[in-house]
This record gives sequence, structure tokens and C-alpha cells, in this order.
Amino acid sequence: MKTWVTPGGVHPPENKQQSLTLPIGNLPLPDKLVIPLSQHIGAPAVPCVEVGKKVLKGQKIAEAAGSVSVPLHAPTSGTITAIEHRPIAHSSGMLAPCIEITSDGRDKWQKYEGFEDYENATPAALVKAISEAGIAGMGGAGFPSAVKLNPGFHHPIDTLIINATECEPYITADDSVIRERAAEIVTGIGILSHMLGRPHNILIGIEDNKPEAIAALEPHVAESGISVVSFPTKYPSGGEKQLIYILTGKELPSNQIPADIGMLCINIGTTYAIKRAIVNGEPLISRVTTMTGEACGINRNYETLIGTPVSHLLTHSDFDQDACSRLIMGGPMMGFSLTDTDVPVVKTTNCILAPSHQEIPDNQPVQPCIRCGLCAEACPASLLPQQLYWYSQAQDHDRLEAHNLFDCIECGACSYVCPSNIPLVQHYRHSKGQINKARADKVKSDQARQRFEFHQQRIERAEKEKEQKRAARRNAAEKAQTKTAASGSAADIIAAAQARAAAKKVSPEQQQAKLERSIAGAEMRVQMAKEKLAEADVNQTDEQKNALIAAVETAKQKLEQAKARLAEHVKQHDLADNGEKVD
Amino acid sequence: MIDSIIQQPILAALVALVGLGILFGALLGFAAEKFKVEGDPIVEQLDELLPQTQCGQCGFPGCRPYAESIANGDAINKCPPGGQATINAIANLLDVPAPELDAEHGEEADVKTVAFIREDECIGCTKCIQACPVDAILGAAKLMHTVIADECTGCDLCVEPCPVDCIDMLPVAETIGQWHWPAPAAVADLIATDRQGAH
Repeated sequence: MKTWVTPGGVHPPENKQQSLTLPIGNLPLPDKLVIPLSQHIGAPAVPCVEVGKKVLKGQKIAEAAGSVSVPLHAPTSGTITAIEHRPIAHSSGMLAPCIEITSDGRDKWQKYEGFEDYENATPAALVKAISEAGIAGMGGAGFPSAVKLNPGFHHPIDTLIINATECEPYITADDSVIRERAAEIVTGIGILSHMLGRPHNILIGIEDNKPEAIAALEPHVAESGISVVSFPTKYPSGGEKQLIYILTGKELPSNQIPADIGMLCINIGTTYAIKRAIVNGEPLISRVTTMTGEACGINRNYETLIGTPVSHLLTHSDFDQDACSRLIMGGPMMGFSLTDTDVPVVKTTNCILAPSHQEIPDNQPVQPCIRCGLCAEACPASLLPQQLYWYSQAQDHDRLEAHNLFDCIECGACSYVCPSNIPLVQHYRHSKGQINKARADKVKSDQARQRFEFHQQRIERAEKEKEQKRAARRNAAEKAQTKTAASGSAADIIAAAQARAAAKKVSPEQQQAKLERSIAGAEMRVQMAKEKLAEADVNQTDEQKNALIAAVETAKQKLEQAKARLAEHVKQHDLADNGEKVD
Repeated sequence: MIDSIIQQPILAALVALVGLGILFGALLGFAAEKFKVEGDPIVEQLDELLPQTQCGQCGFPGCRPYAESIANGDAINKCPPGGQATINAIANLLDVPAPELDAEHGEEADVKTVAFIREDECIGCTKCIQACPVDAILGAAKLMHTVIADECTGCDLCVEPCPVDCIDMLPVAETIGQWHWPAPAAVADLIATDRQGAH
């Protein structure tokens, strides 16, 4: 079958034979398993167990959080002993939430069953089963398979590509799975084909350095419509875009997914896991991981439970710490160094590499770029690594994007060929991170701007409302005033007040009576004073007589005054009466 | 007609030029009305570049007023939250040399912070709510307040008004999702003869 040749690429020493001398092995059950909640792309799973709970093998211990997420299952039976932050296999070396299970040594499965006849099951039911089994891409990226296998009506799939390339040196996990479990893989491909509505082309892409694997597959694919396509070994052929080009000659446009051009690319290890999930009903709780490198006495593939500490693998592989230059998770090209050997194996861990100092020497000192152009020749994405390097150092994000930095697959071919030992791919990763951070910051600042503008508007509106209320109150007060004014003139108000005051006054008749009474009183007092004076004439002193005479005089004066007031009153009264009569 | 043009070429040219002048003048006048730009586009662009913390450290009540001020010729180095990156971006936009950050307005923070209310101590006075420029504090009178950490810009404006000092500015912890690769070590300018010379 015709294959196409991708641009660039390198041919590093393969070093695959070491780990293929022995069949896939089994490790003794570790005492403790640590299962990180985030082993896939998307939202971390949410624990659905508490500390102290007993779980059986295969029991769900964390639920998927949203559509782009997968659940987690207990890899062995035992007790949940911790749900906390632990070191995980991540290039940052940071801690992340994990569930720890202490094994009870029985490794007892919970009851499970698969689909008896998957061909009669609906694709939707199969997608759900795959999602429930916790399957995420096992080639390295860890994208939830159920999402990938549900491309929707507007993305009909006519080419299904099974990625068995495994182009990175040292790694043989897929190779060994194909050699030993080819029949199950082909069943898995059958399931995928059924789910995707029987695509026209089903291709298994495999490099020609795996003749045993090709030979193992061929008897099972005969007359099934599946083609095993082998092509010349070159790193990196296993990238999605590269493999699609090699097998079909079609280039996947930037920022598009294979489903946009009617293709779907899935790892062969994932295909095997899908078969186990659908036919056998087993969730994804273990995977084949390559343990290799000269610092290990035993190089082989192990069926490893998810959550097994790397140190457990090392102790059972005759690991020599002193001989090891650095411990790498993944391959030598794209893997990352581990700082802690207690980190667990996760769903995407295809290889633990413990190389000697001769195999992978320490980083050589970086020297200036001599513009040899080897990096541009090696780049499988046809980018301009030198230009990207300059712009990356200048932090010129616009130019980096204009030079398609985000099409870089971070394969490391440029760094591999660089005679000046420039860590090109590390520069690109750093720049990608910075650009992503700048984008996230931009989104945040736009949000802050919106909120600030809304805040300003709200304050203005509140101010306006207050002003309106004040105006309304002012108007109401003015209205009330004009209303009282309208009810009568000022003169009327005065007249009314005078009337009220007059009403309080005693009437003229009462006044007259009162005056007459006071006259009578005064007359009586004059009489009494005269009598006292008459009595006093006989035996009183002159002084006493004078005082009595004065008293008589005062009484007489008061009588006169009272009489005058009465006369005045009568005169006024008469006048008033006359006045009324005149009217 | 043609005769008169040929006989009076100066007049004809004058008429033609004046006519063209009037025609294009009318065209330009129409275009100026029709395609009128509302507001000052440079202010929009400057506002885009500012970090929108609305902290007021530049001396203006928010990022937009500062953007307007820059457009009117103010210094571009008054924004500590944006730091040198923002200064460089503005300098690039305005095509002027990028100055250092003006220390008078504050220093560029190494880590991003957000406000955190110690809820036990909050008395529910709503003073911080009034101070927050992005409405990132929830609460009501005599009820406990809390900060919406995702919306907080770390502007510090709520710390000062708090009568019981129960607001802390806490650094934002970096999560594994936000982590990105650090820059590799710079090129050591080593050449063979330099190394020999060092011995």
C-alpha cells in the first residue's frame, strides 16, 4: 500500500530490543496505590469514596466531572487510606489531589460484565460504556476516548486510523501488546468500526521496525477489511498529523481535528483497553508499561496497575540508582525527568526509562546558534526553528504566532540535531506557556473591564435615582404649600385668628357684673375703714389714726377707680350696641 | 463651446480646477460625516493593553481614564500591576522608547494576589463592597462578606476602608493546570578558547 513521506524527522538509536527479550510480566501487588484524580485532559475526576471505605477491584472511586473527563476505578481491592495532595508524574513536580488505596492483598474483583453482543448495541451505549470504564488516550495525551468516539453527525468518519507507530526510542509497550494480544486488538478495532458506522478505510499504521507485531496482526485482519500499513521507521511518525499524512497523503490543517477531514486516529493500546471494557466489562485499571534503560538489570514490559509507585517498578527491575543519569517518564525525546520515585504510574505512562550516564549524558553546555539550519531540516511540521528561537528569546509573541508556534508538536527533533546543544524545544514550550498565560490574562482583564464598566454604570444609575427622588420630594413640598395658599388670603387668616381670640374674651355683661361686684366690695371696704377710724378716735395714738385715715382714703380711691372702670365699660358697650344698630 | 475653451484656455483651466475643487471638497465633506469615528480609537487600544485592575495606583480612577490621559500625552510608566510588559506594549503601540516603571506609583508585584476576608472577624459594614471597583465582594449590611476570588483583580482598594482590618491580600497559588515550562538557561557564551583561557 502506498505511503507518503513526511518532511524532516530524525533517526535516533532505537534501543527497543532490550525490553522485548521477555514477554509482558506481572509485578507483585504493591502495598499502596496512589491514583491521581487528573490523569487525562479535561476536568479532574471527583472522588465518590471517603477515607476508610473498603473498595473492591474495579469499583468506581471517582466520578467524571463534566463531559470531557473520565471516572477512576480501584486498581485492586483494599481500603481508601487517604485523599490528599501527592507528588504526581508531571513535569512541574507539583503536588496534585490523589486517592491512596492500601491493598488488602486479596485483589478481589467486584462483579462485572461486558456486552454479550456489542454488534447489537447502539453506538451511544458503547460510548457511555467506554466513558464509564475510564478510558483516556493511552498514547500520551490522555484525551477521553468517549469524546473522540462521539464525533457527531456533522463529522462522518470514513477513515479509522489505529496508531501502532510507537516511534519513540526505547518504548515497546504497544509492540509487546500487539505481539501477545493481536486477536483482542482486532476485536477492539471491530468495536470502533461498529461505533463509527463502518468507515471505508481502517488502517493500522505501524513502523517497519516491528516485523513480529506485523506478523502477529496479519492472520487476524485477513478478510476483515483492515489493512496493516507498514512504513519506514523515522522519528516522529507517530504524531497524529504525521501519521495521517503518511497513510493518506492528506495534511491536517492547523487548528483542526482529524474528524474535520473525516478521520479518526486512536492508539492501539487504547483499542485494546476498549475491547477489555466492552467485551469483558473491565474498567481501565492497568496498562502495559515498558521498564527499560541500562541502569535497570531487567528490561521488560509489565502489566502495571494504575497507581503503582515508580519505585515499586524499579525495585523489581534490579535498579541501580548510582548508574542512572536521570529517571525519565516517557521516552528519551518527549519524556520528562522525575524528581521523586514515589510518583504513580498513570493511564498515559507508556515507559519508565532509567538510562545510564553513557546512554543519556547530562546536558552539554549551550553554545550560540551557528545558523547551520539542521533544525529546519529536522522539523516534521516544516516550521522555522531558528526564527522561533529568536522570537522566543525576544518574547515576541505576535511573531511567534505568525510563525505557527502552535503547530509545533514538541517532538524534540530540533534539539536532538542541534550541534550547539540549544534546548530549542524547551524554549518553544516556555513561549507556548507564556502565550497561553497572556491569553488567559487577557480574558480575565476583559472580564474585569466589563465588571468595572458595569460598576460605574450602576453607581451613576443609583445617583440618578437618588436625584430623582430628591426632585420628587421637592415638588411634593412645593405642591403642599400652594395648596394652603389657595384656601384663603392672608387677611382672612388674621381675621379668623382675631375671632378666635375674641371668643376667648368674657362677654360685656359678665364684665359689667364683675365690675359692679368690685364696686360693692370697695364700698364695703370704705365703710369698714370708716368704722375702724371712728373706734380709734377714742383710745389710739396719732400715728395709728393717721394710718387708718390713709386706709380710708385708699379704699375711697379704689372705689372711685372701680366706678370709673364701670362707667367706661358701659360707655363702650353702648357704643358697640349703637354701632350694631347703625349697621 | 469648444471654440470658447480653445480661445480662453486660462479661464477654462480655472473653471475646471475650481469645479474639481468643489467636487472633491463635497466628497470629502460627505465622507467625513458618513464615516465619522466615534471616540478616540487610540484610547480603546491603550485601554486594551492596560491590565484592568482598576487599582488607581496611576492616580486616575480606573484604567480607562489613565488610557485617556496617555492619549493626551501623559507618561506611560505609571502602571505597577501591568509592569514592564505593559509599558513595553504601550511603547510599541505609540512608537516611543519604553521607560522604566515609575517607582513613585508603586513596584511591580512578583506574585499576583487576591483579597481574602477573614470571615470570623467581618462585622458586615459594607465599606469594602463600596470600595471594590469590579463588584467582586459579596455581602450585605451586618452580614458576613466574602470575596469572589475569580473576579478579584488584586487592586488592594478594599484593604484600607476595612475598620477591623480583616482583609488580607493573599498570593494566588499556582495550580498544576496553570503551570508552564520555565525558560531554559540562557546561552552561556562559551567557546573552546575561552574555556582554555579560564584555566
